[in-house]
Amino acid sequence: MKINWFKYSSPQTFYPLAEKMIPWFAWLAAILAVAGLYISFVMAPTDFQQGEAYRIIFVHVPAAWMSMVIYIVMAAWAGLGLALNARLSAMMAQALAPTGAIFTLLALVTGSLWGKPMWGAWWVWDARLTSELILLFLYLGFIALQSSIDDPRRADRAGALLALVGVVNVPIIYFSVKWWNTLHQGSSINMGAAPKMAATMLLGMLLMALAFWMYTVAVALMRVRCIMLERERSADWVKALSLGAKS
Amino acid sequence: MNDAWLIILKRDLLLAFRRRSDVATTLFFFLIVSSLFPLGVGPETAVLSSIAPGVLWVAALLAGMISLNRLFAADFTDGSLEQMLIAPQPLALLVLAKILAHWLVCGLPVVLLAPLIGLQYALPNDALLVLVWSLLLGTPTLSLIGAIGAALTLGVRGSGLLVALLVLPLYIPVLIFGAGAVAASQHGMSAQAHLSLLAACSLLSLVLAPLATAAALRISVE
Repeated sequence: MKINWFKYSSPQTFYPLAEKMIPWFAWLAAILAVAGLYISFVMAPTDFQQGEAYRIIFVHVPAAWMSMVIYIVMAAWAGLGLALNARLSAMMAQALAPTGAIFTLLALVTGSLWGKPMWGAWWVWDARLTSELILLFLYLGFIALQSSIDDPRRADRAGALLALVGVVNVPIIYFSVKWWNTLHQGSSINMGAAPKMAATMLLGMLLMALAFWMYTVAVALMRVRCIMLERERSADWVKALSLGAKS
Repeated sequence: MNDAWLIILKRDLLLAFRRRSDVATTLFFFLIVSSLFPLGVGPETAVLSSIAPGVLWVAALLAGMISLNRLFAADFTDGSLEQMLIAPQPLALLVLAKILAHWLVCGLPVVLLAPLIGLQYALPNDALLVLVWSLLLGTPTLSLIGAIGAALTLGVRGSGLLVALLVLPLYIPVLIFGAGAVAASQHGMSAQAHLSLLAACSLLSLVLAPLATAAALRISVE
């Protein structure tokens, strides 16, 4: 049997497929989020050191994970689009960027909400906080570059190159910030020495991470459908689609 | 191949020499930014010498960045960039010549001026020496990475601010290692590790940045 690997690489065939996939991912996200929130707010025990305030990590840690995963996935799509000259890959990268930026912001905000009762400060120049902040800058740079170039093909390729340059730099930035931090900070926070997590806490966190992941897929697909319609508005299949919707 | 490289280098240096005010602008920017901090923070020498590494490095970063727009803009408008794109020589090599010229014109003067400003910040002699070394090893990275940003934003509206948004996050490792080297020597520690890391960043970007810049130019000009 011969498989056509590129069948869904054109917007025309992917558009209806995405429409079918979105409800699945959205419902999975909703179910996982309900289960994850139930476990993390009702079943998980109160931490004897941190009290109830620790429960924000059930949102914070998955958001931080997703912010990093999305950047890598985005760069992978961008690189694929650059290498194969595939329109849809670049559109996927463009569709993922806002969600990644939002998760980065969510991780930063929940982190500072958690930091106030725990460390007594909204913000500390911890290595993880700082590199998360720089990740937000990288996302914003990608979005700003893409939105300021009018020609969509050029915007795709310029953004893809920037995402690849960013991916090469992310480990360098991370380690430089880490060393900078150890050089400057005597003794304030040591996350490595935190008490071992209970199994229910870990389960809640994993469920929330999966929920965020499914949400990301659903939202990215919704966004990529809009981008496809906008970009291909003069193509026959979009015209046929809009005519079909009218009749 | 070497000929084309040298010709572009000479041409860019000559052009910079003919427009000397451009070079002066970068230098004065560096001078003014680093003179503003004592006015804002206060004249205590203890405070000044403790913030000096960071302030001087951030000023060098910004001075390197404001001159980036000029790197390809003139060649882009008069069409000579297109000639470079279709030249038989590898584009990355020609781009490297332009980046080297940019560093000689905008980076090197800042390196040479920095110890003078370091004196104003009451930096001790050995820290001044480390400052010059760190800038000498670090500023080429700024020109190399900056060239990618300049090439990506070529002819884009609002490119001046966009370059800052794209390039400054990527400058962070250089800032950390560069200012760290000076701070380490101030505290009586060896700056060797920081300087080695700066040199490593320079070498890595020397290999990768011209290729990325060449790709970016092809995207921007096509």
